[in-house]
Amino acid sequence: MRSMSQLGNDLYTGKTSFPFVGRRRLWFIIAAVLVIGAALVPVFRPVQFSIEFTGGSQFTVNAVSSPDQTLATEAVQSVVPGATTKVTTIGDDAVRVQTDQMTDPETREVTAALAEIYGVGEDDVSSSFIGPSWGQDVTRQSLWGLAIFLALTFLILAIYFRTWKMSVAAIIGLVDVLVITVGVYAVFGFEISPAAVIGFLTILSYSLYDTTVVFDKIRENTHEDGEKSGRTFGESVNLAVNQTLIRSINTTVVAALPTGAILFIGALWLGAQTLTDISLSIFVGTIVAAYSTLFVAAPLFSLLRENESEIKARDERVLAAREKAVTAA
Amino acid sequence: MAAPTPVRHAWRALIGLLTLTALLFGINALGVFVFTDAEGNPASSWAPELALDLQGGTQIILEANTPDGSQPTTEQMDQAASIIRQRVDASGVGEADITTQAGNQIVVQVPGQADEETRNRIEASAQLQLRAVLYTGSPATSFVGEDGNETPYPSPDPTLNATPTAAPSNGSDPSWITDALYAEFLAYDCTDPANTPATEPADQPLITCDADGSAKYILGPVELDGSSISDASNGLNTQNNQWAVNIVFDGGGTETFGKISQRLYGATAPLNQFAFVLDGSVLSAPSMNAVILDGKPQITGNFTQETSKVLADQLKYGALPLSFEVQSSNSISATLGSQQLQIGLIAGLIGLILVAIYSLVVYRALGFVIIASLVVMGVLTYITLCILAWRMGFRLSLAGVAGLIVTIGFTADSFIVYFERIRDELRDGKSITSAVEDGWGRAKRTIYISKSINILAAVVLYILADATVKGFAFTLGLTTLIDIGIFILFTHPVLQLLARTRFFGGGHPLSGLDPEALGAVYRGRAQFRAPVEAGGRSAAQRRAAKSRGEAERRQTIAERKLAQGADTRSTTEGED
Repeated sequence: MRSMSQLGNDLYTGKTSFPFVGRRRLWFIIAAVLVIGAALVPVFRPVQFSIEFTGGSQFTVNAVSSPDQTLATEAVQSVVPGATTKVTTIGDDAVRVQTDQMTDPETREVTAALAEIYGVGEDDVSSSFIGPSWGQDVTRQSLWGLAIFLALTFLILAIYFRTWKMSVAAIIGLVDVLVITVGVYAVFGFEISPAAVIGFLTILSYSLYDTTVVFDKIRENTHEDGEKSGRTFGESVNLAVNQTLIRSINTTVVAALPTGAILFIGALWLGAQTLTDISLSIFVGTIVAAYSTLFVAAPLFSLLRENESEIKARDERVLAAREKAVTAA
Repeated sequence: MAAPTPVRHAWRALIGLLTLTALLFGINALGVFVFTDAEGNPASSWAPELALDLQGGTQIILEANTPDGSQPTTEQMDQAASIIRQRVDASGVGEADITTQAGNQIVVQVPGQADEETRNRIEASAQLQLRAVLYTGSPATSFVGEDGNETPYPSPDPTLNATPTAAPSNGSDPSWITDALYAEFLAYDCTDPANTPATEPADQPLITCDADGSAKYILGPVELDGSSISDASNGLNTQNNQWAVNIVFDGGGTETFGKISQRLYGATAPLNQFAFVLDGSVLSAPSMNAVILDGKPQITGNFTQETSKVLADQLKYGALPLSFEVQSSNSISATLGSQQLQIGLIAGLIGLILVAIYSLVVYRALGFVIIASLVVMGVLTYITLCILAWRMGFRLSLAGVAGLIVTIGFTADSFIVYFERIRDELRDGKSITSAVEDGWGRAKRTIYISKSINILAAVVLYILADATVKGFAFTLGLTTLIDIGIFILFTHPVLQLLARTRFFGGGHPLSGLDPEALGAVYRGRAQFRAPVEAGGRSAAQRRAAKSRGEAERRQTIAERKLAQGADTRSTTEGED
């Protein structure tokens, strides 16, 4: 097997080249299948929204000696007969109880009842009450933020790269990332919580960031080298993607390592729901973002530009010159 | 003076970074040792402040609603927040943190659990009431008895008469004061949180105190409420050159107030006084010095410009009764909070170690530059969080911790982009010193544009999003900025200096910068193993070196293209 730096060299000179642009029809079909698949997941497996979105009361009892779930139901029923309760055991010494919305006195009584029945202090029982509009407010504001962010990004990228087609390609790549990530989230049955929403927003930023790094290399190869490089536009784009491939791999690994660590820790010790929710979406998102930049955004950009008359004419000249060189030899 | 050489440049940048770090520590030290907060504690500390979800406590989010359902104005919200702050302080809970967010929400954070009374107190709506004064007295709850000892007033005897002997004819009728009420008044303790004057019935007399607890009152039933005040402002009374508060009543208010003023004017003190009661405590109880029929009374007294403004604002915004509805209430035990922080820190540490190992494997000794940069990053972020906790009240939340951990990866990426560019330049056959400079030039552009996307995301989220997201956006933006700073002031200068050492500059196989391993176009040993250049080269030497680098670049690009032609064709043609 070649060493990483050897692979880097071959990718840089073009000795080894992965056909990101050449095989784009295949990549686009795969991407379309993934996106449609991800979009269909909720049909078969409805997306779970956390209590922040649905509203209700939640109690977490820590440091219990035996996490017997029936005790919790008993405690809740003793205060509010007939309340729907959902009890989950977290780790081996904590119990989470979710119920219908409770009034303040009921909340305190349930807290006391839970503390008593599990034999822990009231300090070990956390309670929260969430009005149903809270999660929706967060989401609505996030969607606004998303729209404004995308509009501004579109402008900045269009000005920096001096072509709106890069903006279009980058944002389509982003949509691809978000849809697939949410799909993965749904497949594993994770709840969409406000923390997960934060995670999605981060991916948004990361995905565009990643695409911009690769696009900047494409700009360098297509603008600065120009026709004398002897490459067609598509080949220049492909070379740029290959030249930044090692970076893409290293960056993805380095970004995924800390979030992977959080996921791992989160799976061992429970109770860090926020951390796990954020890191799962980011973990999946960084990997999908790297994929999407390479297989969707870059080939798409090439596709968008290739039919411009100027670039078409240049590509023809390049190919003709190449032909001539071959016949001459 | 000679132009700065890369080496001098590098040292200058590093000294700049050191100065910046010292400055940040110095600023925080000022906060720790010199400045104190209202209670005399140090204003800052050497540890970042933690948010509720990490240190435990109760968070209540209230939504403020106006009676007509319109969005409260910023001034109204500020007023509402200060009303809530007074309520929380009155309940004896220390260190409450009260902020407004998203236009109409008030976030109340208190350490520990909030009891029922605190909650009820917080949730009550703010009501401005106007009541006539029936009796006033000192806030004392004890008297000097016949034996000469200080004796507390007894609790009211339940057998005392509690209904007025004669039906009171108006709000100022002293027959409101029954024996039971008077006994209750004497024993009334202004500082006892169990007293809830704000929720007493409006059609009954009320025992309450001044907002600062300096006087006790028995007040008649409510005769007007805040909604009849259409405006209140402060101004200088031109006649006596004193600050005054001017009130304007609406139509109904003017009529009622006219009648009250006729009744009160000329009455014996304290029956000529009229009290403005906000949230159960008396804001002001001026005496009626004239019959006011135009609905435009003026309150004068020992006002300064500031105190008159405060009262005018209280009357004006208190005029619009805001009601508060609990949106969410969340209490987190201190154990859970510290546990979450611990998990976050362990995860961050493991993440850092993994990143360090990976960097060393891929970039060999250069990996240490990444690790050192991350360490500098950690130090700067830490001290900045301490300062921000002091200056801006920034609290590190769990989402913020996640933001910090996640940015380890994002930060490392700027170094990866840079190193890959340097390696690309080496592959073109440049000397290590010029590869560092040229790689920097190219990487810089990429880093600036891509990081500005991150900052844009952070700023947009910070402005638009809810408090939870804000904490995250803030740390994301902050670390991105620090990241760019370190890239310029640390990573690049360090590489400039390292490129001039024998180990890195000579392209040692373990340095991560070995031109041969990187497949540079081999053009004679001398070009790679250029003698290590000493620190202070003359300008002429530097120019020469620069033009040499320039020549190398031209040559190599041409060469590379020549060599590449065949390769590119063979790999790409088949795919078209």
